[in-house]
Amino acid sequence: MRLEPKTAPSLIVTLLYPVAAILVTFAITALLVLAAGASPFSVFFLVWKGAAGSQFALLETLTRATPLIFTGLAVAVAFRAKLWNIGAEAQLYIGAVVTVVLGTGALPLPSFILIPVIMVAAMAAGALLLLGPAILKTRFGVDEVVTTLLLNFIVLLFVSMLLEGVLKDPMGMGWPQSSRVIAEAQLPRIVQGRRLHYGFVIAIVSAVIIWIIMKKTALGYEMRAVGHNPQAASFAGIPVNRVLMKTALLSGGIAALAGFSEVSGLKGNLTLDLSPGYGYTGIVVAMLAMLNPIGVVVSAIFVAGIFVGADAMSRTAGVPSYIADVMVATSLLTMVVALLFTRYRLRWK
Amino acid sequence: MSSPVLRLSGITKRFGPLVANDAISFDLARGEVVALLGENGAGKTTLMNILFGHYVADEGVVEAFGKALPPGDPHAALEAGIGMVHQHFTLADNMTVLENIALGTQKLNAWRLDRTGARERIEKMSFDFGLAVDPMATVGSLSVGERQRVEILKALYRNAKILILDEPTAVLTPVETDALFATLKLLVAQGLSIIFISHKLNEVMAVSDRVLVLRSGKLSGERVTAETNRSELAALMVGQEVEPPPVPPVAPGELQFVLNSVSTARRASGTALDRTTLSLRGGEITGLAGVSGNGQATLAALIAGTEVPTAGEIIIRGTAARDWSPRAALGAGIGRIPEDRHAVGTIGDMSVTENVIAERYRSPRFSRRGFLDWRAARKFAEQVIADYDVKCPSPEARIRLLSGGNMQKLILGRAFDEEPSVILANQPTRGLDVGAVSYVHRKLLEARGRGAAILLISEDLEEIMALSDRIIVMSKGHLSAASARGERTIAQLGELMAGHGVEAA
Repeated sequence: MRLEPKTAPSLIVTLLYPVAAILVTFAITALLVLAAGASPFSVFFLVWKGAAGSQFALLETLTRATPLIFTGLAVAVAFRAKLWNIGAEAQLYIGAVVTVVLGTGALPLPSFILIPVIMVAAMAAGALLLLGPAILKTRFGVDEVVTTLLLNFIVLLFVSMLLEGVLKDPMGMGWPQSSRVIAEAQLPRIVQGRRLHYGFVIAIVSAVIIWIIMKKTALGYEMRAVGHNPQAASFAGIPVNRVLMKTALLSGGIAALAGFSEVSGLKGNLTLDLSPGYGYTGIVVAMLAMLNPIGVVVSAIFVAGIFVGADAMSRTAGVPSYIADVMVATSLLTMVVALLFTRYRLRWK
Repeated sequence: MSSPVLRLSGITKRFGPLVANDAISFDLARGEVVALLGENGAGKTTLMNILFGHYVADEGVVEAFGKALPPGDPHAALEAGIGMVHQHFTLADNMTVLENIALGTQKLNAWRLDRTGARERIEKMSFDFGLAVDPMATVGSLSVGERQRVEILKALYRNAKILILDEPTAVLTPVETDALFATLKLLVAQGLSIIFISHKLNEVMAVSDRVLVLRSGKLSGERVTAETNRSELAALMVGQEVEPPPVPPVAPGELQFVLNSVSTARRASGTALDRTTLSLRGGEITGLAGVSGNGQATLAALIAGTEVPTAGEIIIRGTAARDWSPRAALGAGIGRIPEDRHAVGTIGDMSVTENVIAERYRSPRFSRRGFLDWRAARKFAEQVIADYDVKCPSPEARIRLLSGGNMQKLILGRAFDEEPSVILANQPTRGLDVGAVSYVHRKLLEARGRGAAILLISEDLEEIMALSDRIIVMSKGHLSAASARGERTIAQLGELMAGHGVEAA
């Protein structure tokens, strides 16, 4: 058994393989559903209904997709330049900390000034957080996978310290949570009485801006060149290290917006369970989207839909909602395999 | 001749609309060296990949020792006694020579390597065939020539009876090339058969018994080496007679570029420069001859801007440069042709358009306020493609898909676009076919004609002697005094290249 490169993959094949990947994902998860003693068809139907079967369900899915779009974009931007940012989780939390510090009354400003100020400050904090690992990488060759990954735990412990100390809500009955942000610092809801907030709109706008940066600007060109071949980029006069710094600032800044959006738009305060691993899921989202910023929006909604749908399904069908994790993980694996098959042909010999 | 050890019958391979091999048939006899000659893209490597089982032919049969080889099975090819030495080596740098050679020959479930047995066999083979190499050395510490010997030993260790060498001399110094040819003679005397792939006519003439010429996928001729000559083979290869380029006299102009007693940082690998002085005048080609690894790479990197001086000055048209970098070099009007067009000259996974603007994307011509003008970029790409006769499907094609010659033409187009006053041409024709070589030479002479100062770094002494107005030899990081065209003979240059008489200035 071996792989032979295809000379020219056709468009139909390129489109068909991802569809096949999804079907295979369903087939594999169907086996697990059967093992749990339920009917795969009714379970998948319930997941679909829970994710998109009603206005409520759909809005809930988009709400869940919002932080994933931010972290997915952050990862897509960094990975494009081959800067392996595994630390979107930490950058998200730093963004949330800044939002709480500035948004709980420290700045008595009207909403239309306060929210942009908080956004810029949150982005700056996230950017600086990733700048450290980027400098260590370019100066001393320290592997950024290790540094960004470990920073996640450091930052989470740091947040925990803040929540037990200076940021602790005096009215919180001893719980490790911050005070709520003031009304001026809150993002309004898009639909009255539903949870979907303007963070979603900011996420979509961010995706479009990132797409423009990658496609149309000199910076996007530099990032792609550095990602593909740093040696040739450097020879051609592209300042590789400076490009990696800019990439780090951009990536960290966007990831921090996820934290801002969750606090300002949804939760209202900071707790240690603000993110159930959105930073890590962002990697899956970006990979599923093949690092395309617009694709990130689609894959974030897909992943969020599975999570939201599975929650609803488990309430009625009794199949554990962990099936969502299995589906997302399986879809990533099948997608990677599908991508391989668009470029290679399998020979049995 | 007895029955052939290898027979190819009617091999055809298509890649989409391109016919890479068109009904090719030939035999290889025991103890024979057959040269496979052809331009880049003529289909030599494709044919060998079919033979070795990397590709599956659309039509045709490969027979080894009278038995048909199953298509697409390198393992069967190895079993049948076919060994291949690729152009790009397939060795693990951090392992020893012995481990590299024995790797894959022992059973996977064997607990440990039979080192003593393997070592004895390797030492005997290297003695028998003049393939001197220390079995215990790590491959990473070996020179390119030594690594090639390891590749050959690897094939012999697997009992190869037929050895395929893909462009074996492309990476070798002249001395190493001679040693390789001596080894080939010893191998043939032992009854091995060799297929020698090359596009260098003099090597083919020197080493082969028979020559097969490929042109655009077809077998355009078959000659017994003793009964042919270089110009006939060249004609078969390119379809026309090639002449050496005429070099019109040009009066040397102003000093364009000077290295004034420049030193570079000492590193673990590579030869550092120590107070090197070099001046380049307009309208003059300065040829830098020398065996590779004597500091040419550092000198080239310094001029290209990827290496910075630790002492001394870089003076461009009378002004000392500050903050030396690739961008500074480009800004000073230096056009650069790098030695390695795949790893350094181009970004393989980006398009032709994206590659041609790489040195100038920040200029007002291609960008405004940080936004790239893709229309202007595409227009420039189309212009280079047309002006430099580049064969490529479209400006959007990934540059990886282009042949070496077409890639080099794009690099020339990029480097020469704004008529640079100084040109660094580092091995500009290495690995190119005859047609592309003469094209590059013509372009260099054109640049000389309009007054550019050119430094031509090459290991091909004939190229240096044909083009250069003055020749400098580099040895162990030092430069010899310059000699005018025709002043030193090949033998004298060879002496200097070997390090005799290049003063430690």
